[in-house]
Amino acid sequence: MNLSPALSQIKDEIKGHALSYGLDFFETIFEMIDYAQINEVASYGGFPTRYPHWRFGMEYEELSKGYAYGLQKIYEMVINNDPCYAYLMESNNLVDQKIVMGHVYAHCDFFKNNIYFSGTNRKMIDEMANHGMRIRNYVEQFGEEDVERFVDCCLSLENLIDVHSPFLDRKRRKEDSEITDEESPKTVQKIRSKEYMDRFINPEEFMESQKRKLEEEKQRERMFPEHPERDILLFLIEHAPLDKWQRNILSLIREESYYFSPQAQTKIMNEGWATYWHSKIMTEKALKDSELIDYADHHSGTLAVRPGHINPYKLGVELFRDIEDRWNKGKFGKEYEECDDYLAKKSWNQHLGRGREKVFEVRRIYNDINFIDTFLTKEFCEDHRLFTYKFNEESKRYEIEDRDFKKIKQKLLFSLTNMGSPIILVEDGNHGNRGELLLHHQYEGVDLRIDYAKDTLRNLFLIWRRPVHINTVVEGRKKRFSFTGQEHMEKDV
Amino acid sequence: MVSKIERDHTRFRQIVRGKIKRELKHYITQGELIGKKGRDLISIPLPQIDIPRFRYETRKMGGVGQGEGEPGTSLGGDGDATGSSGAGELPGEHILEVDISMDELAAILGEELELPRIESRGKKNITAQRDKYAGIRSTGPETLRVFKRTYKEALRRQLAQGTYDPIDPIIIPVRDDKRYRSWKTHTTPESNAAILYMMDVSGSMGDEQKEIVRIESFWIDTWLRSQYKGIQIRYVIHDAVAREVDQHAFYHTRQSGGTKISSAYKHASKLIREVYPPTEWNIYAFHFSDGDNWSGGDTNECIEILRQEILPHCNLFCYGQVESPYGSGQFIKDLREHFRDPETLVVSEIKDKDGIYESIKEFLGKGR
Repeated sequence: MNLSPALSQIKDEIKGHALSYGLDFFETIFEMIDYAQINEVASYGGFPTRYPHWRFGMEYEELSKGYAYGLQKIYEMVINNDPCYAYLMESNNLVDQKIVMGHVYAHCDFFKNNIYFSGTNRKMIDEMANHGMRIRNYVEQFGEEDVERFVDCCLSLENLIDVHSPFLDRKRRKEDSEITDEESPKTVQKIRSKEYMDRFINPEEFMESQKRKLEEEKQRERMFPEHPERDILLFLIEHAPLDKWQRNILSLIREESYYFSPQAQTKIMNEGWATYWHSKIMTEKALKDSELIDYADHHSGTLAVRPGHINPYKLGVELFRDIEDRWNKGKFGKEYEECDDYLAKKSWNQHLGRGREKVFEVRRIYNDINFIDTFLTKEFCEDHRLFTYKFNEESKRYEIEDRDFKKIKQKLLFSLTNMGSPIILVEDGNHGNRGELLLHHQYEGVDLRIDYAKDTLRNLFLIWRRPVHINTVVEGRKKRFSFTGQEHMEKDV
Repeated sequence: MVSKIERDHTRFRQIVRGKIKRELKHYITQGELIGKKGRDLISIPLPQIDIPRFRYETRKMGGVGQGEGEPGTSLGGDGDATGSSGAGELPGEHILEVDISMDELAAILGEELELPRIESRGKKNITAQRDKYAGIRSTGPETLRVFKRTYKEALRRQLAQGTYDPIDPIIIPVRDDKRYRSWKTHTTPESNAAILYMMDVSGSMGDEQKEIVRIESFWIDTWLRSQYKGIQIRYVIHDAVAREVDQHAFYHTRQSGGTKISSAYKHASKLIREVYPPTEWNIYAFHFSDGDNWSGGDTNECIEILRQEILPHCNLFCYGQVESPYGSGQFIKDLREHFRDPETLVVSEIKDKDGIYESIKEFLGKGR
């Protein structure tokens, strides 16, 4: 910690306010750094000790450029770790620092208490440093080119994880099923009948179809994996023909993916929560009269909306406030839902006063998807002028499509599902009995970006070392894209 | 110590350079870089440097937004009025643009096309002398006296002598206190170059042909600028008469008259005589045409001017013949016939945009 005495005092004050509201956080360590440093730290996703890779350099170039042109500025960074680390930017004024501190304490509270973060490694700073060390060692042993090429491949697949797997065990235990399952019958059992009735009781077509069914079952038993798998990275770690160092790199990249995934799954809630609290702490406690204008300026900047984007700070904080208001007034439950008197609904107030309690509960057990699903109401959509947009092929621009509540909700939920990535599974690890890998894109109405998909297949091939395929849908037609090692192929399925 | 991010950043720049090099042919033929040029930097769009992933087609995805507007209202940006360039404005779409310096781009161009470095002709290496203030000394003319330093010296002396009176702080410098600026004379070898672009703008040169000329001259400029300091460029357009114009007019003028190539050559010759004496300048002349000249007589005149007045004074004279559906393409044949083994003349036929790459190579591959 390298705060000036004045800032240190402010920090203690803000921390006191946060605690008095009932926020509960890990010890939080603030570091004051300049803009070049904050750009560097941000490029590494918050971890200055991360493994070397050019994409961090790319990130850095963009951030520095954005800063130099005055397009963007990072106010704060906070790391989910115990203790929590937070970075403040030197050139920010005192009010900014105050806001940021309030914001940071709320983030820490969220990290510590939200259930989706419960599985994350709280010593990630150390872990990241270990990862960095390992990859640097590999670079020395196996050469920069090879290691970089392999890391590129892994990063190309890093989103192919199963976001739910920290909480459920999808794999049936092999031993159990092997022991209890009886050997399935090898032939179709005829139903006993008198000879002259046999034709009717066991008609030929039926026998045929039974036979086919049996075949299929047997086929499935021989399938590998037995059931399609979402955690493709794990599948590759377990089954791809990799050297030990490669397996290790893939494992650590998978680990980092899982570490970051709760943050992607709770972006709206997390930012909403932090904004809710910085505004509470500032406006109710910490703000001095002379700081009002600067505060309002900063705060409104944070909440600004642009037409084509959802601002998670804005959406999140407004939803939390809406929830608080509804639970304060008792605007929920069967009676309220079924009331169809607009005015009665509008002025509904049972003086329950359970708002604060409810928002704390929400921050503990929800993620963005069920948060939106549960608390986004028709009234909210109308009040906040939400809409769906789509790309108009004719005018070649994005246009507002609809303001229908159901469509908005559906679209919003879709964009959050699987963190906005398509759902892809390993269907067959021994495709065509030739050891080829077949992936399946679970189509939800939106096509894959084909050029990216092809390049990804190319990278996947470098890991699987046998031809790789993916089944998907392009413009309503089922297609299979393949990469054989030499060439790309594409066919209708 | 090199910081971590610097290493990753350097590596990223290396990759960028490699990509540009590999894609150079594409960039050259598309000409999309021309609009992206700033003063010293050029922005190069590099969509393919992104790490590929399985992801959704952004356009098909749409999304949710917030704000006013009826269904059908555009979400800002002018849409696609300017062709593909609108893509960067779209929500969710992000094309990485990388800035590189013109010098670096020229270096890449040179490596990829295997262009030799230009050896400017010895006598044309003129040296320039420039005086630059480089320090402080204790003698000099009063006009160059530095007040602040002199005052400081005097103050220091008076303090040491005990003659400084804080109540009446008058400082009087004596001769030893005085400080003056001093200068050094630098001699820098400076090879100046002049580029003369000539273009046929007669009716048969269409927009496509001009586009080719535009792209090709952009790359020639880029290369020559990296080889010389202080380049001057003159633009000459001609149909039956020649006129000197600015850059914009050069590419956008369209005449419909006939073609007398000699008019342009006469003008070039005049420029060389009057403005760019060959003893002081490295002269490069480029002429682009569709090869249709008014008459054989005029062609003969052209050849005379070239032989007598232009070729002996130029580092390089390049004639680029752009294929057009209307031109006969005769001129290049005439040139080839009259100059069997030319030292300073290069001719090149440019069929279409894809031909630009080879043509640049032919023009600049001589290293003159």
